[in-house]
Amino acid sequence: MAKMNMLHAINSALDITMAEHPNACIFGEDVGYFGGVFRATSGLQEKYGKHRVFNTPLTEQGILGFANGLAAFGAPALAEIQFADYIFPAFDQIVNESAKFRYRSGNEFNVGNLTIRTPYGGGIAGGLYHSQSPEAYFAHTPGLKLVVPRNPYQAKGLLRASIKDDNPVIFFEPKRLYRASTGEVPEEDYSIELGKAEIVQEGTDVTLLAWGAQMEIIEDAAKKAAEQGISCEVIDLRTILPWDVETIAKSVIKTGRLVVSHEAPITNGFGAEIVATIQQECFLHLESPIARVCGLDTPYPLALEKEYVPDALKVLAAIKQSVEF
Amino acid sequence: MSNPNNVSLNINHELSFIDGHALTIPTLSILNEEGDIYEGATAPDIDKATAIHLYETMRFIRALDERMQAAQRQGRVSFYMQCLGEEAAVTASAAALDQNDMIMAQYREQAALRYRGFSLDQFMNQMFSNEKDLGKGRQMPIHYGSRELNYMTISSPLGTQIPQATGYAYGQKVRHVDAQTGELNSTIDNITICYFGEGAASEGDFHAGLNMAAVHEAPVIFFARNNGYAISTPADEQFKGDGIASRGVGYGIKTIRVDGADALAVYAATKKAREIVTTKGEPVLIESIAYRLGAHSTSDDPSGYRTKDEEAKHKGCPIERFRKWLLKQGWLDEAQDAKDKETIREEILAALKRAEKVAKPALEELISDVYDTPIPSLQKQYEQLKEHILQHPDAYPTTAGRLK
Repeated sequence: MAKMNMLHAINSALDITMAEHPNACIFGEDVGYFGGVFRATSGLQEKYGKHRVFNTPLTEQGILGFANGLAAFGAPALAEIQFADYIFPAFDQIVNESAKFRYRSGNEFNVGNLTIRTPYGGGIAGGLYHSQSPEAYFAHTPGLKLVVPRNPYQAKGLLRASIKDDNPVIFFEPKRLYRASTGEVPEEDYSIELGKAEIVQEGTDVTLLAWGAQMEIIEDAAKKAAEQGISCEVIDLRTILPWDVETIAKSVIKTGRLVVSHEAPITNGFGAEIVATIQQECFLHLESPIARVCGLDTPYPLALEKEYVPDALKVLAAIKQSVEF
Repeated sequence: MSNPNNVSLNINHELSFIDGHALTIPTLSILNEEGDIYEGATAPDIDKATAIHLYETMRFIRALDERMQAAQRQGRVSFYMQCLGEEAAVTASAAALDQNDMIMAQYREQAALRYRGFSLDQFMNQMFSNEKDLGKGRQMPIHYGSRELNYMTISSPLGTQIPQATGYAYGQKVRHVDAQTGELNSTIDNITICYFGEGAASEGDFHAGLNMAAVHEAPVIFFARNNGYAISTPADEQFKGDGIASRGVGYGIKTIRVDGADALAVYAATKKAREIVTTKGEPVLIESIAYRLGAHSTSDDPSGYRTKDEEAKHKGCPIERFRKWLLKQGWLDEAQDAKDKETIREEILAALKRAEKVAKPALEELISDVYDTPIPSLQKQYEQLKEHILQHPDAYPTTAGRLK
């Protein structure tokens, strides 16, 4: 075990992949010698050469088009989109191409070797265009898998699983935690199964559910709630698509209450899907309406970020409302 | 880095602009309308077997297109797209490739797939979306694909295959790069060809794909079929400048323009392009100039946007031109050719009738291949659907009787 931050953990997962597959390629804007704006790919070009780790022209559409082709050829394609806010020029290549490659061809061709890494989320004073959480757009597209880690250990294990998974995966990296979150991470290879939520803390009064950087917020809210005698079960969804209905439903049947929290705007956020499904699965066990603590239906702001974000205090208020309903 | 701006500085002291049409690219033409080699032109080295296979493919596709256009009018298939006028461009370029080169096409390149050996029944099964369709009945007619024949399944969104071809070709190359030196350690054995129309060249994917191929030296042949029309929009309302070829030059890609109705010119250009791509490991752009004699698709009516006179001017049939050359070579027996033509028509009609009778794909195919294995939510949805169909079998006659 070694102490790593999330960037080191991601770098380690990529390094293992590059050593494992002679044709694996890492590419994106500035990812070559420079190692990417966040340095997630540091040192990999020196190690694997500029033909396998390289800068692309500034074209997200091109990066994903290229990635689809490379993956269809059979090489692990590790594409980086510098900020999730800039993934939209590649939207067509992802939702119409990556997601449908296998289905439309009757499995004559597929892009299971594709993994898209992209930093997402706020908390870095980045304003409108360096803070978005666009997971819900992609969660509406059959054929994709969406994964979000909450700390370095999860990041390495989930990224390795995403790369090895035989489906195209978008791996959202909470950029606020890149350096802020550190922890013990094995230097050797390991994977964390996709599609499984993790119960981070057991509790009896209310289930708290989030993913990625928002996990820190709900864990904090759970601590504050405990001080007031409320026992929270804290769950990290980890994989947004396909998501682990069973684990969440089981927890809600036990606690009778659910609070879902995410940074993205509330309307049509992925929380809406969770609420609709859990309402159906757990209707007779619910003690109060399922609550959502999310971003406002505005673009992500700069100056009033503190007011905008679904912070621990807002989550705590929702927990109390739910318990006292 | 010796040249951070990557331009050649040719300092000039006179204020002048280069005209957007200043670049005029010549068009390679070898075979004239009478089936003779132009004076000064050199016929490519093409053996009899290849030439005959090329001719038979064009003739087959012409017959298939005619029959299926009619079948669409009869309501037997929902949609069709003809290759009419571009048979030579597509078939001769495919003939110049290796069978293991990847073909990434737009939708009007059925002749390339036929050249590779796609059977008549395979064509029909796809068009009738039956259970024998390799695509499992999920896409509109003519969206063919075959792993065995290295023909990437067609996708409807326009131009998306262009940057994908760059990526696929890059994969074909990266195997030949020496890890230590970073240099190519051998010639590249297989490459990718990417077909698209001049309309698709307006999409962002075109620019992204060509730029990335040039910068990353991907072994891909971009084959632009400039057939004059993007659905109903004529080329002069689609782009300015000298065709699509000038854009290749702009991206720093070796480029050639060919007469797309001249099978020998297309064959010669593609053969040479493949040699450049495999030995140098860099892309080439070929712009083929032919005229789309037919409609864009069966949903289109060209009489709404062009005149009969205009169409008549372009009637120079690419198949007939090549046929005359074959006859002059003594490689074709005219009587046998006429007989074969009749046989093909009969075979097509028989295959159509066979494919119509084949069952639709099984209900399970609704949820297979979304992922490598169906995810839990899909399995649940499938079970619910199955139960519903079993309760109302009369409303779902295609699948009800086959459910267990």
